Amino acid sequence: MADKRERDHISGTETTGHEWDGVKELDTPLPRWWLYIFYATIVISIVYWVLMPAWPLANGFTRGMLNWSDRANVAADVQFLRDARAPLFRRLADASVSDIAADPDLQQFARAAGASVFGDNCRTCHGAGGAGAPGFPVLADDVWIWGGTMADIEQTLRVGIRASHPETRMSAMPAFGRDGLLSAREIGDVTEYVVSISSARQRLEPNMAAAARGAVVYAAQCGICHGPSGAGDRTQGAPSLNDDIWLYGGSREEIRTQIELGRGGVMPSWEARLDAGTLRALAYYVHDLGGGEPDAPPPTPEASPTSPTAATSPTR
Amino acid sequence: MWSFHKWFERHSLILVVGILVVVSIGGLVQIAPLFFIESTIEEVEGVRPYTPLELAGRRIYIREGCYVCHSQMIRPLRDEVERYGHYSLAAESMYDHPFQWGSKRSGPDLARVGGRYSDEWHRAHLEDPRSVVPESVMPPYAFLANADVAVEQMPEHLRVNRMLSVPYSDEQLANASIDARAQAEPLGENAFDFEQRYPGAVSRDFDGNPERVSEMDALIAYLQMLGTGVDFNVYQADTPENRR
Repeated sequence: MADKRERDHISGTETTGHEWDGVKELDTPLPRWWLYIFYATIVISIVYWVLMPAWPLANGFTRGMLNWSDRANVAADVQFLRDARAPLFRRLADASVSDIAADPDLQQFARAAGASVFGDNCRTCHGAGGAGAPGFPVLADDVWIWGGTMADIEQTLRVGIRASHPETRMSAMPAFGRDGLLSAREIGDVTEYVVSISSARQRLEPNMAAAARGAVVYAAQCGICHGPSGAGDRTQGAPSLNDDIWLYGGSREEIRTQIELGRGGVMPSWEARLDAGTLRALAYYVHDLGGGEPDAPPPTPEASPTSPTAATSPTR
Repeated sequence: MWSFHKWFERHSLILVVGILVVVSIGGLVQIAPLFFIESTIEEVEGVRPYTPLELAGRRIYIREGCYVCHSQMIRPLRDEVERYGHYSLAAESMYDHPFQWGSKRSGPDLARVGGRYSDEWHRAHLEDPRSVVPESVMPPYAFLANADVAVEQMPEHLRVNRMLSVPYSDEQLANASIDARAQAEPLGENAFDFEQRYPGAVSRDFDGNPERVSEMDALIAYLQMLGTGVDFNVYQADTPENRR
């Protein structure tokens, strides 16, 4: 491998001086455009070091002259959103349901803001459009466990149910079967009675003799929360037993299982995760899903069985 | 200059040494300082080592490959912060060996899933994801409810984590098996001691089955604490020393 450089007379380019059996290697230089771009990237990287956060140091890093910060940027982006929403959130804060319904801009905003937050956070349990699932209440109907005015819904969102919030809505149904509070026969009787006072009586055809025995058990054990007629009591989160809507399923076996186990789900408190404006928009959205109740008149606590609630509504 | 480079090109051993020098400069300047400078992991209040049950849940999370579809990294971008909550801090995975940031989201990010849904929802969702989220493509993990947590292995896991500088005390190491059970038995005899050893940890019957401490208990305990450590009403993201 001789080392004699010479000029190739066809291409006009120098050879490397390598030669194998008469085959010589051209030493074609890099294209100039390529080379200048390469030099330019080196220059740009030096400019970048000066302007942007770049080099780690013994204690910290070079921050760059532009003072770039991802965290400051995202804070500014989020603040921009908040500022853009602030005027409408302010109007929302003072608005009643009928005010919102009367103001197309505000209504559109509340629906859009609520729908987006609902999709992220609530839909997971309550289903698309608030369709619900066993153990997770339907939000699209007009049956409410803790109340269906916008204020009630907002309060539930804020403090949650059986959640870690100090003011959380709290109720606990005893596990009458598991904890041995009632015998199996008594539970069977009271199941028949509950079916007999509900709209499920047409489809489940309760045993009336058992139901009559169950009425005594009901009066002693259940009536204090669910009311003497089974109308329920929203102040303590006791669902109505007169309709045919069942959180844990409406077959005879499922009703019986609920009496045995007394299950109660947890709804998280959203006060710490969502700001007040978002909660209001979300409350409006849920209220607007189909079953929202008009703002309550001045409270009349004794009136619950006759109040215009859907407690005795038939199956839909 | 070109003839100097020719010298490298013509001597392979010298070229190898030259490459090693250049690459190690890159490593020394870019990587080594991250292990020493304090700004890599800022000090944040509220981040605590995992309890034994949560650590067991974390191991199930890794074993079942949850990280393949779920990230645990909320990036500092507006839309992510709007959807998932405050962006993740390095300190929030400081006791993760290895961290579970992930790189793919077939499912949602889980960095702040803790407390977002109820235990009951997690149970229903893990047993049959489509029972609560009809459009989900997640496989079911119902078998977790029928498998006991290997509590007897927990002291070893804590010991290995301590080797990786997670500050577990001798007492925590000695009681790891007991504590793994105690966290899922809030009315059990060891519940008080557990709370003393792991202040701030939540003790519940996560899987709703008081008969056994199942892998479902462990996984839900882990999921329910993700992203709940730092109080972002207190943490000052905007102060100069926390700027990134």
